[in-house]
Amino acid sequence: MKRWTLWVPLTLFLGFCVLAGYQLTQPKDDFVVSRMIGKPLPDFDLHAASLDRPALASSYFHDGKPHLLNVFASWCIPCAAEAPQLEALRRRGADIAGIAIRDRPEDVADYLTRYGNPYSRIGSDDLSQVQLDIGSSGVPETFVIDGKGIIRYQHIGDIRPDDVPLMIGKLREAEQ
Amino acid sequence: MRALSTIHTALVAFMIIVTLPVAAQDAVPPAPYANVQLPDPAQEAKAEALMETLRCLKCQSQSIADSDASMAGDMRSQVRERIARGEDPEAIRAWLMERYGDYVSYAPRVSETTWPLFAVPLLLALVAGLVLLRRLRGRT
Repeated sequence: MKRWTLWVPLTLFLGFCVLAGYQLTQPKDDFVVSRMIGKPLPDFDLHAASLDRPALASSYFHDGKPHLLNVFASWCIPCAAEAPQLEALRRRGADIAGIAIRDRPEDVADYLTRYGNPYSRIGSDDLSQVQLDIGSSGVPETFVIDGKGIIRYQHIGDIRPDDVPLMIGKLREAEQ
Repeated sequence: MRALSTIHTALVAFMIIVTLPVAAQDAVPPAPYANVQLPDPAQEAKAEALMETLRCLKCQSQSIADSDASMAGDMRSQVRERIARGEDPEAIRAWLMERYGDYVSYAPRVSETTWPLFAVPLLLALVAGLVLLRRLRGRT
Protein backbone atom coordinates (compact mmCIF):
# COMPACT_ATOMS: atom_id res chain seq x y z
CA MET A 1 0.00 0.00 0.00
CA LYS A 2 1.29 3.44 -0.88
CA ARG A 3 2.29 5.86 1.80
CA TRP A 4 -0.27 8.51 0.90
CA THR A 5 -3.26 6.21 1.44
CA LEU A 6 -2.44 6.25 5.15
CA TRP A 7 -3.45 9.90 5.21
CA VAL A 8 -6.90 9.31 3.72
CA PRO A 9 -8.76 8.47 7.00
CA LEU A 10 -7.22 11.44 8.82
CA THR A 11 -8.10 13.80 5.95
CA LEU A 12 -11.67 12.50 5.92
CA PHE A 13 -11.90 12.97 9.69
CA LEU A 14 -10.54 16.54 9.49
CA GLY A 15 -12.98 17.27 6.68
CA PHE A 16 -15.79 16.04 8.91
CA CYS A 17 -14.56 18.28 11.77
CA VAL A 18 -14.47 21.32 9.48
CA LEU A 19 -18.01 20.59 8.23
CA ALA A 20 -19.35 20.06 11.77
CA GLY A 21 -17.57 23.21 13.01
CA TYR A 22 -18.99 25.26 10.16
CA GLN A 23 -22.53 24.01 10.75
CA LEU A 24 -22.23 24.71 14.50
CA THR A 25 -21.34 28.35 13.83
CA GLN A 26 -24.31 28.88 11.49
CA PRO A 27 -27.27 30.64 13.16
CA LYS A 28 -30.18 28.38 14.13
CA ASP A 29 -33.12 28.56 11.77
CA ASP A 30 -36.43 27.55 13.33
CA PHE A 31 -38.60 28.84 10.51
CA VAL A 32 -40.66 26.33 8.58
CA VAL A 33 -41.20 27.97 5.20
CA SER A 34 -44.49 27.21 3.47
CA ARG A 35 -44.20 25.19 0.27
CA MET A 36 -47.40 26.82 -0.92
CA ILE A 37 -45.64 29.94 -2.21
CA GLY A 38 -46.33 30.22 -5.93
CA LYS A 39 -49.38 27.99 -5.59
CA PRO A 40 -53.04 29.02 -5.47
CA LEU A 41 -54.57 29.76 -2.11
CA PRO A 42 -56.56 26.65 -1.06
CA ASP A 43 -60.35 27.01 -0.99
CA PHE A 44 -61.86 27.94 2.34
CA ASP A 45 -64.96 29.60 3.72
CA LEU A 46 -64.59 30.84 7.29
CA HIS A 47 -67.26 32.38 9.50
CA ALA A 48 -66.74 35.87 10.89
CA ALA A 49 -64.38 36.12 13.86
CA SER A 50 -65.91 39.32 15.20
CA LEU A 51 -69.17 41.24 14.88
CA ASP A 52 -67.75 44.36 13.22
CA ARG A 53 -65.95 42.71 10.28
CA PRO A 54 -67.39 40.40 7.58
CA ALA A 55 -66.41 36.74 7.23
CA LEU A 56 -63.58 35.59 4.95
CA ALA A 57 -63.64 33.13 2.05
CA SER A 58 -60.87 32.32 -0.45
CA SER A 59 -63.01 33.85 -3.24
CA TYR A 60 -62.21 37.27 -1.71
CA PHE A 61 -58.67 37.00 -3.10
CA HIS A 62 -59.76 36.70 -6.74
CA ASP A 63 -60.70 40.35 -7.30
CA GLY A 64 -57.61 41.25 -9.32
CA LYS A 65 -55.96 43.20 -6.51
CA PRO A 66 -53.18 41.99 -4.21
CA HIS A 67 -54.02 41.50 -0.52
CA LEU A 68 -52.24 40.74 2.69
CA LEU A 69 -53.46 37.69 4.60
CA ASN A 70 -52.51 38.02 8.24
CA VAL A 71 -52.71 34.91 10.43
CA PHE A 72 -53.09 36.04 14.04
CA ALA A 73 -54.76 35.29 17.37
CA SER A 74 -55.92 37.35 20.32
CA TRP A 75 -53.89 35.08 22.64
CA CYS A 76 -50.68 35.70 20.69
CA ILE A 77 -48.37 38.35 22.13
CA PRO A 78 -46.15 39.01 19.07
CA CYS A 79 -49.40 39.63 17.15
CA ALA A 80 -50.19 42.55 19.44
CA ALA A 81 -46.61 43.76 18.90
CA GLU A 82 -47.05 43.86 15.12
CA ALA A 83 -50.44 45.65 15.26
CA PRO A 84 -48.93 49.15 14.76
CA GLN A 85 -47.05 47.90 11.67
CA LEU A 86 -50.26 46.43 10.22
CA GLU A 87 -51.94 49.77 10.82
CA ALA A 88 -49.03 51.50 9.03
CA LEU A 89 -49.44 49.11 6.08
CA ARG A 90 -53.18 49.80 5.95
CA ARG A 91 -52.53 53.57 5.90
CA ARG A 92 -50.16 53.02 2.99
CA GLY A 93 -52.97 51.40 1.03
CA ALA A 94 -52.63 47.69 1.82
CA ASP A 95 -55.82 45.67 2.19
CA ILE A 96 -55.38 43.28 5.11
CA ALA A 97 -57.61 40.25 5.56
CA GLY A 98 -57.21 38.43 8.85
CA ILE A 99 -57.55 34.84 9.96
CA ALA A 100 -57.97 34.42 13.72
CA ILE A 101 -56.66 31.06 14.90
CA ARG A 102 -58.49 29.20 17.68
CA ASP A 103 -60.22 32.29 18.96
CA ARG A 104 -63.50 33.34 20.59
CA PRO A 105 -65.50 36.30 19.21
CA GLU A 106 -65.39 38.14 22.55
CA ASP A 107 -61.61 37.75 22.78
CA VAL A 108 -61.13 38.95 19.18
CA ALA A 109 -63.36 41.98 19.86
CA ASP A 110 -61.38 42.79 23.00
CA TYR A 111 -58.08 42.38 21.13
CA LEU A 112 -59.22 44.68 18.30
CA THR A 113 -60.38 47.46 20.65
CA ARG A 114 -57.12 47.21 22.53
CA TYR A 115 -54.61 47.05 19.66
CA GLY A 116 -56.54 48.52 16.71
CA ASN A 117 -58.34 46.97 13.78
CA PRO A 118 -56.50 47.21 10.44
CA TYR A 119 -58.50 44.35 8.92
CA SER A 120 -61.09 44.58 6.16
CA ARG A 121 -62.36 41.08 6.93
CA ILE A 122 -61.61 38.49 9.59
CA GLY A 123 -62.34 34.78 9.30
CA SER A 124 -62.26 32.45 12.28
CA ASP A 125 -60.16 29.30 11.88
CA ASP A 126 -61.32 27.32 14.92
CA LEU A 127 -59.41 24.10 14.22
CA SER A 128 -56.34 25.57 12.44
CA GLN A 129 -57.58 23.92 9.22
CA VAL A 130 -56.86 26.83 6.88
CA GLN A 131 -53.59 27.45 8.69
CA LEU A 132 -52.47 23.87 7.94
CA ASP A 133 -53.77 24.14 4.39
CA ILE A 134 -51.62 27.18 3.57
CA GLY A 135 -48.51 25.77 5.25
CA SER A 136 -48.39 28.25 8.11
CA SER A 137 -46.78 26.94 11.27
CA GLY A 138 -47.54 29.61 13.81
CA VAL A 139 -48.86 33.07 14.61
CA PRO A 140 -48.30 35.71 13.43
CA GLU A 141 -47.59 35.06 9.79
CA THR A 142 -48.45 37.33 6.86
CA PHE A 143 -48.93 36.15 3.29
CA VAL A 144 -49.00 38.28 0.15
CA ILE A 145 -51.74 36.99 -2.19
CA ASP A 146 -51.90 38.37 -5.73
CA GLY A 147 -55.08 39.30 -7.62
CA LYS A 148 -55.45 35.79 -9.03
CA GLY A 149 -55.36 34.18 -5.60
CA ILE A 150 -51.75 32.93 -5.88
CA ILE A 151 -49.65 32.98 -2.69
CA ARG A 152 -46.63 35.12 -3.54
CA TYR A 153 -44.78 35.70 -0.30
CA GLN A 154 -44.76 34.57 3.34
CA HIS A 155 -43.52 36.64 6.25
CA ILE A 156 -42.92 34.48 9.33
CA GLY A 157 -43.16 36.12 12.74
CA ASP A 158 -44.18 39.65 13.63
CA ILE A 159 -43.71 42.45 11.11
CA ARG A 160 -41.13 44.84 12.60
CA PRO A 161 -41.06 48.53 11.65
CA ASP A 162 -38.16 47.87 9.21
CA ASP A 163 -40.21 45.17 7.48
CA VAL A 164 -42.99 47.58 6.43
CA PRO A 165 -41.23 48.82 3.22
CA LEU A 166 -40.41 45.20 2.34
CA MET A 167 -44.08 44.21 2.64
CA ILE A 168 -45.15 47.21 0.53
CA GLY A 169 -42.55 46.15 -2.06
CA LYS A 170 -43.88 42.59 -2.11
CA LEU A 171 -47.42 43.92 -2.60
CA ARG A 172 -46.22 46.03 -5.56
CA GLU A 173 -44.49 42.98 -7.03
CA ALA A 174 -47.73 41.02 -6.70
CA GLU A 175 -49.55 43.73 -8.66
CA GLN A 176 -47.62 42.90 -11.81
CA MET B 1 -35.78 53.98 49.16
CA ARG B 2 -35.54 54.83 45.47
CA ALA B 3 -33.14 51.93 44.91
CA LEU B 4 -35.61 49.61 46.60
CA SER B 5 -38.43 50.72 44.34
CA THR B 6 -36.19 50.26 41.27
CA ILE B 7 -35.49 46.69 42.39
CA HIS B 8 -39.20 46.24 42.96
CA THR B 9 -40.05 47.48 39.45
CA ALA B 10 -37.36 45.27 37.92
CA LEU B 11 -38.69 42.29 39.85
CA VAL B 12 -42.25 42.91 38.70
CA ALA B 13 -41.06 43.34 35.09
CA PHE B 14 -39.12 40.07 35.38
CA MET B 15 -42.16 38.24 36.74
CA ILE B 16 -44.33 39.55 33.91
CA ILE B 17 -41.79 38.38 31.32
CA VAL B 18 -41.43 34.97 32.97
CA THR B 19 -45.19 34.40 33.11
CA LEU B 20 -45.85 35.55 29.52
CA PRO B 21 -45.82 32.06 27.97
CA VAL B 22 -48.70 31.12 30.27
CA ALA B 23 -50.77 33.87 28.71
CA ALA B 24 -50.03 32.52 25.22
CA GLN B 25 -52.71 29.84 25.45
CA ASP B 26 -55.96 29.91 23.59
CA ALA B 27 -59.28 29.43 25.35
CA VAL B 28 -60.92 27.35 22.62
CA PRO B 29 -61.56 23.68 23.50
CA PRO B 30 -59.43 21.08 21.64
CA ALA B 31 -60.48 19.83 18.18
CA PRO B 32 -62.93 16.88 18.22
CA TYR B 33 -60.32 14.15 17.69
CA ALA B 34 -57.30 15.87 19.25
CA ASN B 35 -57.44 13.75 22.40
CA VAL B 36 -60.19 11.28 21.50
CA GLN B 37 -59.39 7.95 19.90
CA LEU B 38 -61.21 6.67 16.84
CA PRO B 39 -63.89 4.05 17.66
CA ASP B 40 -62.33 1.53 15.26
CA PRO B 41 -59.11 0.15 16.86
CA ALA B 42 -57.56 -0.72 13.48
CA GLN B 43 -58.06 2.85 12.24
CA GLU B 44 -56.78 4.28 15.52
CA ALA B 45 -53.64 2.13 15.25
CA LYS B 46 -53.04 3.49 11.72
CA ALA B 47 -53.57 7.07 12.90
CA GLU B 48 -51.32 6.52 15.92
CA ALA B 49 -48.49 5.14 13.78
CA LEU B 50 -48.71 8.12 11.45
CA MET B 51 -48.93 10.72 14.24
CA GLU B 52 -45.74 9.38 15.81
CA THR B 53 -43.85 10.18 12.61
CA LEU B 54 -45.19 13.69 12.04
CA ARG B 55 -43.35 16.66 13.49
CA CYS B 56 -45.10 19.22 15.64
CA LEU B 57 -44.39 22.52 13.89
CA LYS B 58 -44.59 24.63 17.03
CA CYS B 59 -42.49 22.40 19.27
CA GLN B 60 -40.10 21.10 16.70
CA SER B 61 -38.44 18.29 18.65
CA GLN B 62 -41.68 16.45 19.35
CA SER B 63 -44.03 14.41 17.24
CA ILE B 64 -47.65 15.54 17.12
CA ALA B 65 -48.51 12.43 19.16
CA ASP B 66 -46.26 13.70 21.99
CA SER B 67 -47.09 17.38 21.95
CA ASP B 68 -49.57 19.33 24.02
CA ALA B 69 -49.50 22.36 21.71
CA SER B 70 -52.96 23.23 20.44
CA MET B 71 -51.73 23.17 16.84
CA ALA B 72 -50.50 19.60 17.35
CA GLY B 73 -53.97 18.76 18.70
CA ASP B 74 -55.53 20.21 15.57
CA MET B 75 -53.12 18.17 13.44
CA ARG B 76 -54.00 14.97 15.36
CA SER B 77 -57.68 15.67 14.81
CA GLN B 78 -57.07 16.19 11.07
CA VAL B 79 -55.11 12.93 10.86
CA ARG B 80 -57.80 10.94 12.70
CA GLU B 81 -60.67 12.46 10.70
CA ARG B 82 -58.90 11.75 7.40
CA ILE B 83 -58.10 8.15 8.45
CA ALA B 84 -61.76 7.69 9.47
CA ARG B 85 -62.76 8.92 6.00
CA GLY B 86 -60.64 6.11 4.56
CA GLU B 87 -57.62 8.12 3.44
CA ASP B 88 -54.29 6.32 3.22
CA PRO B 89 -51.76 7.35 5.93
CA GLU B 90 -49.07 7.97 3.29
CA ALA B 91 -51.48 10.24 1.39
CA ILE B 92 -51.98 12.30 4.56
CA ARG B 93 -48.21 12.51 5.01
CA ALA B 94 -47.87 13.61 1.38
CA TRP B 95 -50.56 16.25 1.92
CA LEU B 96 -48.58 17.72 4.84
CA MET B 97 -45.24 17.47 3.03
CA GLU B 98 -46.74 19.39 0.12
CA ARG B 99 -47.31 22.24 2.59
CA TYR B 100 -44.36 22.05 4.97
CA GLY B 101 -41.72 20.09 3.04
CA ASP B 102 -39.73 17.05 4.23
CA TYR B 103 -39.33 18.76 7.58
CA VAL B 104 -42.79 17.80 8.82
CA SER B 105 -42.08 14.08 8.45
CA TYR B 106 -39.84 12.02 10.73
CA ALA B 107 -39.79 9.14 8.22
CA PRO B 108 -36.70 9.78 6.08
CA ARG B 109 -37.05 9.47 2.33
CA VAL B 110 -34.56 9.58 -0.52
CA SER B 111 -34.60 12.99 -2.18
CA GLU B 112 -32.33 15.52 -3.87
CA THR B 113 -30.86 16.61 -0.53
CA THR B 114 -30.98 13.38 1.49
CA TRP B 115 -29.47 10.85 -0.96
CA PRO B 116 -25.93 11.11 0.52
CA LEU B 117 -27.30 9.82 3.81
CA PHE B 118 -28.28 6.62 2.05
CA ALA B 119 -25.40 6.47 -0.43
CA VAL B 120 -22.43 7.11 1.91
CA PRO B 121 -22.94 4.05 4.17
CA LEU B 122 -23.22 1.81 1.10
CA LEU B 123 -20.07 3.36 -0.34
CA LEU B 124 -18.17 2.91 2.95
CA ALA B 125 -19.29 -0.73 3.21
CA LEU B 126 -18.13 -1.28 -0.36
CA VAL B 127 -14.70 0.26 0.33
CA ALA B 128 -14.34 -1.75 3.54
CA GLY B 129 -15.26 -4.93 1.65
CA LEU B 130 -12.70 -4.23 -1.07
CA VAL B 131 -9.92 -3.52 1.44
CA LEU B 132 -10.76 -6.69 3.34
CA LEU B 133 -10.80 -8.73 0.16
CA ARG B 134 -7.36 -7.46 -0.90
CA ARG B 135 -5.88 -8.16 2.52
CA LEU B 136 -7.31 -11.65 2.70
CA ARG B 137 -6.03 -12.43 -0.80
CA GLY B 138 -2.63 -11.05 0.05
CA ARG B 139 -2.40 -13.42 2.99
CA THR B 140 -3.04 -16.67 1.12
